[in-house]
Amino acid sequence: MMQKVVSPTHIEELSALLGERQVLSSREDMIPYGFDGTAAMKQWPRCVVFPRTTEEVVAVVNYAREQGLPIVTRGSGTGLSGGAVPHAHGIVLCLLRMNRVLELDTRNLTMHVETGVITKMVSDRAAEVGLFYPPDPGSMKVSTMGGNVAENSGGLRGLKYGVTRDYVMGLEVVLADGSVAMLGNKCVKDVAGYSLKDLFVGSEGTLGIITKILLKLLPQPAHRQTMMAVYTDMEAAAETVSAIIAAKIIPCTLEFLDRRTIACVDDFAKLGLPRDAGAILVIESDGHPEAVAEEIAAMEKIARDHAAREVKVAADREEAEKLLTTRRAAFPALARLRPTTILEDATVPRSELAKMVRFVEQTAKKYDLMIATFGHMGDGNLHPTFLTDERDEAEMAKVHEAFAEIFEKAIALGGTITGEHGVGTAKKDFLRQQFGAASFALLQAVKNTIDPQNLLNPGKLVDGPTPSPTAPALSRNGTTETAARLS
Amino acid sequence: MCLPTCPTYDETGLERNSPRGRIGLMRAIADGELEATKAFAEEMGYCLGCLACVTACPAGVDYAHLFENARAEAQASGVQDSGKRRFYRWLTLRFLFMRPRVLRWVGWGLRLWQRTGLEQLFRRSGGTKLLPPELRRLEPMTPRVEEKFTHRRIRPLETPADLMTRLGRPREQAPPTRGRVALLTGCVQDLFFSGVNRDTADVLLANGWEVLTPSVQYCCGSLHGHNGELEMAKELACQQLDTFPLDELAAVVTNAAGCGSHLKHYDRLLGADSAYQQRAQRWSQIARDIHEFLDEQGLVSPQDYRVTAGRTESSHATATTRVAYHEACHLVHGQGISDPPRKVLEAIPGLHLVALEEASWCCGSAGVYSITQPEQAQKLLDRKVRHIRAARPAVLATANPGCHLQIERGLRESGLNLKVMHPVSLLARSYRGESLI
Repeated sequence: MMQKVVSPTHIEELSALLGERQVLSSREDMIPYGFDGTAAMKQWPRCVVFPRTTEEVVAVVNYAREQGLPIVTRGSGTGLSGGAVPHAHGIVLCLLRMNRVLELDTRNLTMHVETGVITKMVSDRAAEVGLFYPPDPGSMKVSTMGGNVAENSGGLRGLKYGVTRDYVMGLEVVLADGSVAMLGNKCVKDVAGYSLKDLFVGSEGTLGIITKILLKLLPQPAHRQTMMAVYTDMEAAAETVSAIIAAKIIPCTLEFLDRRTIACVDDFAKLGLPRDAGAILVIESDGHPEAVAEEIAAMEKIARDHAAREVKVAADREEAEKLLTTRRAAFPALARLRPTTILEDATVPRSELAKMVRFVEQTAKKYDLMIATFGHMGDGNLHPTFLTDERDEAEMAKVHEAFAEIFEKAIALGGTITGEHGVGTAKKDFLRQQFGAASFALLQAVKNTIDPQNLLNPGKLVDGPTPSPTAPALSRNGTTETAARLS
Repeated sequence: MCLPTCPTYDETGLERNSPRGRIGLMRAIADGELEATKAFAEEMGYCLGCLACVTACPAGVDYAHLFENARAEAQASGVQDSGKRRFYRWLTLRFLFMRPRVLRWVGWGLRLWQRTGLEQLFRRSGGTKLLPPELRRLEPMTPRVEEKFTHRRIRPLETPADLMTRLGRPREQAPPTRGRVALLTGCVQDLFFSGVNRDTADVLLANGWEVLTPSVQYCCGSLHGHNGELEMAKELACQQLDTFPLDELAAVVTNAAGCGSHLKHYDRLLGADSAYQQRAQRWSQIARDIHEFLDEQGLVSPQDYRVTAGRTESSHATATTRVAYHEACHLVHGQGISDPPRKVLEAIPGLHLVALEEASWCCGSAGVYSITQPEQAQKLLDRKVRHIRAARPAVLATANPGCHLQIERGLRESGLNLKVMHPVSLLARSYRGESLI
């Protein structure tokens, strides 16, 4: 079926279906929904609907299917790969009004939430009863759980605690045919059939609409301790990381800043960092106090054995916060330098980290671009960050070429084009290359089977069976975490 | 990152009511994708301009500047134009607040009205019913004008020794003079809180500064700048620069957050004005909020000063006074000043600073917002009062006349019996050896 664009009649009928207060369509309302956290990518929808219940989601999906209208699902719009950028003149389905915590089950250590609940609320509610929801994506104060599941978001604790997927026990999903599927349950062990819930984790709104989520929680760690190690050479830092892993220590956080990031952070936050250093590692261990003390002592020794010129262990929480600020200030410090900040997330096996960081540096030099790298070194997830200006076309062209080279290198090293931001539209062109023919065909088959009319987030992640003629391809000017400054 | 800090987004959950949505709209206008429509102008009016988003922004986006220009653009487009709106804007922005003497006459008239019982009579006789509806709502909110305006309370130049005299001590015991600063008296502050100006002068004197307070001062232009009248704001900035001998001054000090966040940007406002550009730069370099200034220069502790001033066995209560601090948006977000006022308060003996939930969340005053957007303003005020009630202070301290009036009204209407005071007033009382409340 050919996809149509939303007409005034459609808007009226959707308003009748959901109530007028649940539908927006004015021009001034469409512009702010024209983008997500990936600026320099925009497309105006024709209407935004705000269902309050699963039944209302079903009603919208049924209506859209009958009318052949594409739906782009959205939470808070903080994604970094263009996944929630609307379909031109299509429907945006915003799930923010489904924001209730349905159950906190302290006997099974689970929390059942509606899809629009803000991530931080899950984390806070768990903490209130001594439980722990580990994933902490950078936007957790804003992002929704539905968005986190759809993008399979990561964070600073991936090394020890994994990513969102590892905490999803069950999902309620509205499928493109309007049926409501319940996937998973509260059982720790469950091998009945395919793990269908996992199909929807990281599906970026292309397979179904996640309406409820059953989350797994952990006991709150009793203690945590933080340290920082400074290196003259980046290689020595990378070797330290390998040695820590080889010593069978899994700290909860193992973060890295390169030379350029260190200088920027010091300019911005005035922390008195050694500006001639080639790399800094910020490490945190959590768990039983004795185990933590042991781990920190062992890692301190490993760092010194691997040519760290300085190692600091925080004496208390206040000092720990200071050390963590070094890492937290990385993005704000870099984002101030140029109008556009493009945060990438190429990821490689940990053994290849030094090679990858070195390659990014060379690529920056080759194209005469400003690229700073920081990231989650413990899990191989780097954030090469391009500091550029989206209005400078010549420079943006170089940025695209440099991107392509970095992605290709990541793939060649056995890595991935995206460790935690998703494919969306930003990295769609590189997906086939990473997957290879057979697995890409499988991916395509999944999309074609589950969304045969290509209604759900068409054109994202992978092309559906009927690419819409009315949808102009999104031009990729780069992904920026914040809107470019206007002044 | 800005979304959860935005009071209007918090209320509606709609992107257009968020900082990033508004920037999206501004950008669409800049890119020619949208005209300055009525809906756009209304959106810019709905934004409080509290700048909480500026504090939250990891990338340092200058929303304050974007927002001022957007309001100016909305104003210039005339999409909200109506005879009534034009009249009120003319009366306030162009007539009253461009003429300091006229403003004082009006203040004087209002004082007479309030003191002679005419106001009471007018209210009791049902006179308010004769007012147009928008004034009928506002009439009971009219704040009380001070007995004396600033120029009757502070002489044009005072020295630390003068404060000694007022305290009945020998002039020689005054602390050594550190230099000279100018005090901005403000418009609302002058009319309704000239006592705060007196207190600010006393604090500066106690800290060893000579205080220059020109008796006629123009409005700093923040009202105009924040409400889309940039040309008038420029005119007023020039008047201001002409009033003060900048080269003699260590600082130009303000005690009103709203003024401070505007007048620190004279350099940008007059950046293209060849005659004033240089002076504007100097001005921006030395413009200081009072708390910021005290913090930078090192605060003379009240205990030490009272020894100098021979007030050790004063009436100063040994009991502690619970004080909660509400952060004015244009202090914490507009100027990034959060710790210095707390340090001022914590330096006061007998004062116990208690935690206030959401201390930096807007109270709904937001310049003229409580007049233009009464419904949203009231919601924010209720929220603020709820948190104040929970903190159980004896005094609510805040450093902006708009917040002061708004919160005072909110507390009165909720039947909460506690005082609203400027942090500097508490400090001044402590220096003078008076009881805090």
